[in-house]
Order: sequence, then structure tokens, then C-alpha cells
Amino acid sequence: MDAITAQLLAVVTFQAGFNTTVVMLGAAALGCAAGAAGTFAMLRRRALVSDAVAHGTLPGIAAAFLLAALLGRAPREAGWLMGGAGIAALISLLAIEWLGRRPRVGPDTATAAVLAAGFGLGLALMSVVQTLAVGRQAGLESLLFGSAAGMLPGEAQMMAVLAVFVLVVIALLLKEFSAVAFDPDFAATVGLPVARLDALVALVCAVVVVAALPIAGFVLAVALVVIPPAAARFWSDRAGTVVAVAAAIGAVSAFAGAALSAVLKDTPTGPAIVLVAALLFTLSLVFGRARGLLRGTG
Amino acid sequence: MAEFWIVDFVPLLAASLSALACALVGNLLILTRRAMAADALSHAVVPGVVVAVAITGLSGSIVVLAGGLAAAFAASGLVAFLIRAGRVEPGTALGVVFTTFFAFGILVLEWTGLSRTGFDIHHVVTGYLEGLIWVSRDPGGTAGFFQSLMDLPQVVFELALVLVLVAAILAAFRKEFALLAFDPVFARASGLPVGLLEAALLTATALACTAAFKSVGVVLAVAMIVCPAATARLLTTRLSHQMALSAAIALATVFAGYAAAVFGPRLFGSALALNAAGTIGAMAGLALAATAALRARG
Amino acid sequence: MDRLAITPPEALAPAIGHLAVVGLSVAYRGVPVLSDVTWSAPASGLTAIVGPNGAGKSTLIKAILGLVPSTGRVTIGGRSVDAMRDATAYVPQRATVDWDFPATALDVVLQGMVREPGWFRGYGRARRERALALLDRVGLADLASRQIGQMSGGQQQRVFLARGLARNAAILFLDEPLAGVDAASERIILDVFDTLDRDGRLVVCVHHDLGTVSERFADVLVLNKTVIAAGPVALAFTPQNLARAYGVPLTV
Repeated sequence: MDAITAQLLAVVTFQAGFNTTVVMLGAAALGCAAGAAGTFAMLRRRALVSDAVAHGTLPGIAAAFLLAALLGRAPREAGWLMGGAGIAALISLLAIEWLGRRPRVGPDTATAAVLAAGFGLGLALMSVVQTLAVGRQAGLESLLFGSAAGMLPGEAQMMAVLAVFVLVVIALLLKEFSAVAFDPDFAATVGLPVARLDALVALVCAVVVVAALPIAGFVLAVALVVIPPAAARFWSDRAGTVVAVAAAIGAVSAFAGAALSAVLKDTPTGPAIVLVAALLFTLSLVFGRARGLLRGTG
Repeated sequence: MAEFWIVDFVPLLAASLSALACALVGNLLILTRRAMAADALSHAVVPGVVVAVAITGLSGSIVVLAGGLAAAFAASGLVAFLIRAGRVEPGTALGVVFTTFFAFGILVLEWTGLSRTGFDIHHVVTGYLEGLIWVSRDPGGTAGFFQSLMDLPQVVFELALVLVLVAAILAAFRKEFALLAFDPVFARASGLPVGLLEAALLTATALACTAAFKSVGVVLAVAMIVCPAATARLLTTRLSHQMALSAAIALATVFAGYAAAVFGPRLFGSALALNAAGTIGAMAGLALAATAALRARG
Repeated sequence: MDRLAITPPEALAPAIGHLAVVGLSVAYRGVPVLSDVTWSAPASGLTAIVGPNGAGKSTLIKAILGLVPSTGRVTIGGRSVDAMRDATAYVPQRATVDWDFPATALDVVLQGMVREPGWFRGYGRARRERALALLDRVGLADLASRQIGQMSGGQQQRVFLARGLARNAAILFLDEPLAGVDAASERIILDVFDTLDRDGRLVVCVHHDLGTVSERFADVLVLNKTVIAAGPVALAFTPQNLARAYGVPLTV
């Protein structure tokens, strides 16, 4: 146990090698961005769209892999996979939007349908990928539940770049996002482009989820945009503060989860991050200053 | 022909039984906008099964189904608690609970070593219909046919049992469920025991998801809960017709999807087969999208 | 088809006993919506609940029916509403349900009889015919097999009314049944009210149109978070009471 503690200490103080350090910092930055972006998705009641987007990236990743192999490129290059995932995420968003607007379908059914059908298509394509010689490196295994250990420095850097990009967008549009999230009808009467801002929130969440795939995996990537904002909501009734707290909880969860996964045996990164986040959520639920259970119905 | 009985018959049978159970219960779930709740539930049953198997050391149908049911009730109780006491937005509450449950399930699986002794969590997510082969004493022969029924994999009996249970629950309370889905307030005002009915519906859903998860896979289960019912809903305005139609669509999708998985690659001169659960799920989504597009035009 | 009941209606009221609300309060998240409502309803006839927006009119009906948590006591003939469930019928506002639901007008009316056949049994032919007769009573017999979303607002409201009638209850609670309905629907709904009145039933109706209270209702409950006045229209529906409820002088 002491050995594990010492190891954990080494990891969190960045003395466990360059690669681990890059991955940990990338994870923290991403957790931070995910918490902030997820807050607006939660306030607009669209938290679970990110789940469908995460699953919907699989066909894109598989297709990118096949295309890269066909062109004789090294498919594990981050650019290929992230590019494929990004395009597929965008298509998933558009599909949810289109299907959700059909009468008698609605957003809830559309989200679940795109999630299941998109992932199904991805699984089918993946069975082709895995027969290729290079395919075995594709690591569907690690993509399902995430693996910080298996990450290349290039991926970690790209993750960090995307995280910073998302944080900048949110910082620039904080008041507009807040106004739309709080009262879209009023925001529209003020003259804000509500539909476009909504689309931007969805896009930003999609970027975060795609970037989070390597560490959190398909199934659990959505947790990064859902749990931190839900936890943060217990601490404040002001949108700006909720965003900040969510960002902090997201960063801590991703950082600590990645560290635990690096140190503990048989501990995939995705589940580790989710359980740290769930712990922080539970503490917030009980002790949160604004809406926690101990505060009663204030 | 012998090859069909050994390799293809059981996967088709298992997928059909599972698809029917999922599609039937899906009719009520999509009408009450609970498609994503079904997705969440299908993931939340995982830790229940894992813990039940880990504790008892048995993996018989009763243990598996009981574990899944217990987790389903725990998860939906927790979601209701978060919504009511914690005032968490419903979609967010689902996201928090299902990711936490699923992460916990994966870690228990890894830490107890169950993942190395025949309980492959990847197959829970991706489906593994290909693993269902029928090594019968007398393949395709007429004399020993009924004897060799006993050699069918256990999961087939499990799925058949669950289909019977689900159909029985839905048939027994059909008029009550129809009212509950349409107007829950009037149902309560009429003195219906709404809580008990909700529990019955939850039981049916959890059974369908749990039975599906070992070889059919969580994702195909979600596709079958959502897509056939949603497709049928676009084609008829009568609930009874919708249910019958959704069952027919589910079966047609299973056969078309399975055929695509087996014969699709052969069109390109390849001998490999695609992940059948994946192609069936994608086929279900395709049917929904095509129907929605045609209805939008017509 | 003037009589809406199978039970002889004149036997209803005395057997059921009257509706009494004592000290009823409702709060949403600590904000009081109704406080200390005490009201003794008339034995039968048409009663309007009036009051400004946010006065808690719909909430009062829901609280009486036990659909929202409340403190205080509601009794029918001295027994709890839960025990007297089948003495009550509820006709909610149209906006509360999904009109795209795959159901026909007849299906919706049958829902009013959902508990009659008992568990595990279908509605049966006799109930289908009764539902059809009720649809006929509200002038919709020829639309019985139409999907409910393909009806006009007034027709939907009449389907809801027929579903409430199918409960064959002594006391009917209606939430704004005349809001936004066409003239033909309004005439039919009011005609059904007259039948219910003659049957000796009690009709409690949230009503928004102060101008028509006197001609259509015998009794009134003026509400603004608590009871401002209650009783026969001639006594309770006065400019003074309305001014107290609405906070501004009103002429009727």
C-alpha cells in the first residue's frame, strides 16, 4: 500500500516521467473544459445529447482508420482519428436535430436512436478494421473504456489544445450562453441568436467529448460533461459561478482519475474518472451551499 | 445447411427473441419520452449482474436476472431521489447515475478478476452474437432434433423466458399502461396504483435489458427498444397496431441486419463477417430514418 | 341519451355526502400557493372557481384530488378522497397531454372506465358502446375512430369531458373546460353541464370568464391563495369580493 501511495504522490507531483505528466495535464485541462461546456448543456436540458455524440464517433473513427490504411498512412496518428471522430460527431448532431424535429419522433427518441444506430454502424466497421494487420493497434478495447496509459504525447497535446480552445470560446460568450440557458424566450426578445448559440454549445460539447474519448472511452465520455455541472449546481444559483465550479470539479476528477488509473492495477481510466466525479457529486449533493440536502429547501 | 444450424441459427434466434422483448416494451417507453432512460437503464443493470455473479459465484439465469433487476430498481430509485430531493434536471440525473453505475460495474469486474474468467465486458457493450454456436449431437437431423434442443446455449432459454415474462406483463396491464402513458395525472385521479404500474414497466424493461446483455449486447438492446417502436409510431396512430407493427419491424430488422453482416462483405469478395449486433442496430436506425424521411415528404 | 349514468343519479348525492375542505395549504419549494383554504361545497349543482392568475385555482382542484402534496383535510361525506376515489372525476386542461399519442377519441373515453373491468381484462363490448354513447352525447360519435391529435381544440376538450363522464362520478372537477373552445363546443359542454345539474351531481369548474359566471353557475368560490368568498352567486359574486380577490375594482 505504501508503494502505491508513493507512486501516486510521484504521479500527481509530475515526477513520473514526461509522458505521464503530459497526459495528466491534458486530462485536467480537458476535464476543466468539459465541466464548463457541460454546464450550458445541462441548463438547456440537453445533457444526454453528448452521450449520443460520443457513441456516434465510432463509425467516424473506424472509417478514418480504414481510409488511412487504404492510403498507406499510419492510422494511429491522432489527426486521423480525431478528424474522423469530429466529422462523425457533427453528423450525429445533425441527425439528432433532423430526426428530433420530425413530428411523432421528438428529441428524446432521436437521441437514443442516433446513439444506438451510430454505434452499431461503428461496431460493424470496426470488425473490418480489426482484421487488418495495422488494425490491432486500433485498440477498440482501450477506446471503449479509455486508457490514459496508452495515449501518445501527440494525442495529449491535441487534447490540451482543444481544451484551451473550448475554454476561450466559453469565456468570450459567457453572458450570452448564460442568458440563453436561463430564459431562451427572453434572450430571443433581446435579439440574441438563440438557435446559433444553442448550436455552438452543442458543438463545443461535441469537441470536448471527442477529445475525451482516448482517456474516458465511448461509454463514459458523457460523464465528463454531465457529472461536474450537476455537482456544481449544488454550490451556486449563479450561472457564472456554476461554470467555474464545474470546471474545477471536472479538472480535479480527470486529474485524480488519470492518476489513480496510472497507479492502480486493472483500473481503466474512464471508470476511475467517473467514480472520482461521482464522489465529488455525492459530497456536493449533501453539503452544497446553495441546494445541498443539508441546506433544506432554501 | 448444417453450417446454418451450427453457426447462424442460434444468433438469429437469440437476436429475434431479444428484439421482440425490447421492441414491445419500447412502445411504452418512447410514448413517455423515456428512450434515453432506457439507454441509461441498459447500462445500469451491468453492475447488478456483475456483483450478483461475483457474490454467488454462479452465473445461472436467475442470478443474472435478479442482479439486473436489483440494479435497475436501485438506479431508477436513485434517479427519482436526485430529481426530487436534489432538484437535478432529469436528463442530467440519468447521466450521473448510469455512468457511475457502469463505471462501478467495470471496476468490480476488473478487480475481482471476473473479466478474465469468461465475463467479457466488451461483449456486453458490443454484443457477441457470433459466440453463440450450436454444437448439437445431430445437427440438422430430424431424429435427434428435440434432443439437440437441449444443447442450445443457456442464453436462448433465458431470452425466451424473458420474452414470455415481458409479453405477459404488457398484456396483463395493457389498458392501464395505455392510460398511464397518455395521461398519468388522470390515471392517478382515477385511482390506478401508478407506482405499482411503473414498477411493472421498469421490471419488464430491466428484464429485456439484462437478458440482452450477455450476447446480444447493450447497444443492440437500446436500438431495438427505440427504433422499431419509433418507426411503427410514424406509420400508425393506433397503439395496438403500433405494437404489432413494431414487433414485425424488429424481426425484419434482425434478419436483414444479420444477412448484411454475413453476406455484405462477400459482395466485395471478402470472407469476413461483420459484427452482427452492430449491423442489426444500424439497420434499425436506417429503417427509422428512411421512414421519417418518407413521411416528411408524403 | 339524456341520462349519463348507469347508477340512478338521484341515488348518488345523498349516498356520497358532501365535499368539505378544511385548512388546505399547498406550497411549492417553500412558496405558498394556497394557504388555509376552508370551503364547504354545495351538495350539487354548478360551481365556478374564479380568481386572478396565480390564485391557485388549478392547484386547489389538484390538491383536493390528492394530485399535489398538501396539508389540511379534504373529505367527501366524512371520508378521505382516496377512499371516495370513484365518487370523483377529473377533466384536466388540454395542454397537459401529448396529443400525438396513438389513441382514438374512443380509446380516450374508455380510459375513464379503466378500473371498471378489473385487472387483466379488456374493456368489452358493453363499455365500448357506452363510450360511443358518451361521445355521441358530446356530439362526436362520427369522430370516434379519429386520432385525437387530428381534432380541433374544442373537440379535444369534449373528448376529455366524455372521458370524465365515463367515470360516472357524483362530483366532477373541470379545469378551464371552456378556455379557447369554439362556440359549438361551448354550447355542447354547457348543455352537458345542465344534464349533470339535473342529475343531481356536483360540477366544480375553474372558470376564467367573469362575465359569464352569473348566467352559467349557481355557486361560486372566489379564490386568491385563500378563500375570499364562497356561496350562491347572488351572495358571493359581488364587486367587493372580486375587488378583494383581484386587487383592483372590477365591475361585472
